Amino acid sequence: MSQQSSRRDFMKLAGLGGIVFASRLGGTALGANSVLEALGDKASRQEEFYFVQLSDTHWGFDGPKVNPDAQGTLKKAVAAVNSLEEQPDFVVFTGDLTQTTDDPKMRRERMAGFQEIVSKLRVKTVRLMAGEHDAALDRGEAYQEFFGNLHYTFDHKGVHFIVLDNVSDPAAIIGEAQRTWLQADLKQHKLNTPIVVLTHRPLFDLYPQWDWATSDAAAVIDTLMPYQNVTVFYGHIHQEHHHLTGHIAHHAARSLMFPLPPPGSVPKRVPVPWDPAAPYKGIGFREVEADVRKSRFGITELPVVKG
Amino acid sequence: MNRTIILLLALTAGFGAMTLAATIRGGSSTEKVIRVTAKKFDFTPGEITVKKGEPLVLELTSEDRTHGFNLPDFHLRTEVKPSTVTTIRLTPEKAGRFGFACDVFCGSGHEDMAGTLVVTD
Repeated sequence: MSQQSSRRDFMKLAGLGGIVFASRLGGTALGANSVLEALGDKASRQEEFYFVQLSDTHWGFDGPKVNPDAQGTLKKAVAAVNSLEEQPDFVVFTGDLTQTTDDPKMRRERMAGFQEIVSKLRVKTVRLMAGEHDAALDRGEAYQEFFGNLHYTFDHKGVHFIVLDNVSDPAAIIGEAQRTWLQADLKQHKLNTPIVVLTHRPLFDLYPQWDWATSDAAAVIDTLMPYQNVTVFYGHIHQEHHHLTGHIAHHAARSLMFPLPPPGSVPKRVPVPWDPAAPYKGIGFREVEADVRKSRFGITELPVVKG
Repeated sequence: MNRTIILLLALTAGFGAMTLAATIRGGSSTEKVIRVTAKKFDFTPGEITVKKGEPLVLELTSEDRTHGFNLPDFHLRTEVKPSTVTTIRLTPEKAGRFGFACDVFCGSGHEDMAGTLVVTD
């Protein structure tokens, strides 16, 4: 048994308690039996891989009551990813790489700072996308100087990944041009192609009272709906969250700066204060294990600092 | 005699103008008009109170840049721009506290830019 298989087998066995959410790409939740069933399918292992999702690093944020280690948390996350026994095929950052600023020079300094820290990742394939903190005030000008296109696609071992920009328009509009681009891209794929959408804001009205939505998300979901195997990974809300729109599963990731309260649970959307008794609580990243042939994803949430 | 009529007309016109500033009559109901000012990173007033069934007019304007005003529970949203008054009309038929927020990202502090519509029985 290869080292790769051993790690995945361990994850899945541990997953009986450790995988916090597993979903078929079509959105059907898996029980423990299904996970064990997947273990026995050696053929499927040939089409498995995993990636790491990090989100909402907010490099440049300053708020000691929320995160007294604002300068160190991203570095710790990079170290944590580097220490993973088996390195992921790639790493994605789902937006808000930097804390916003009205100063264009400082914005670029923060992006350079983020870039420098992330360059220390052992994994050299790093997929980035913007959050509103990175791109909304200048419509993505600085972001594109540093990191390239705001929306793009890539393919990996049979999965088609689509990065959508729902932030560079400050009104959180994906827009007709990008939606036309999305339609043209999808037409090149079969209806059963495994598709992963990576974006920053939720592609559904999670809680618009806190601006946790995308203005024209419904039009995007309509475009995606004919495709049988679509999963969305996103950030923005600084907490783990799982949702279905029809057969499309949406999975929000935790932040690497501070957690936010569950939607509507408190009168105001304010960061959860730092707990000295439980430092880094609510901050973390995730591994996403893809079983391409069965169109399944297993999600394992990891802390930024091991307790 | 003529001076009395002119004075009465002036008083009537003045009172009418003051009344129009406070209410707009539509049909048989009287609308409550609230002027709401947006600026980074708050709305003034941040809490708006109205009675259930009472027609409400919000006159929205911005002091600095384009903001958004989103009141999802009533499916109402608009952009709020400087030097422009944008009017929203609603007649709340349910009591409760309903959040509204800026939904046009406006900087570090945007997340705090929110308020509450309070509808009383």
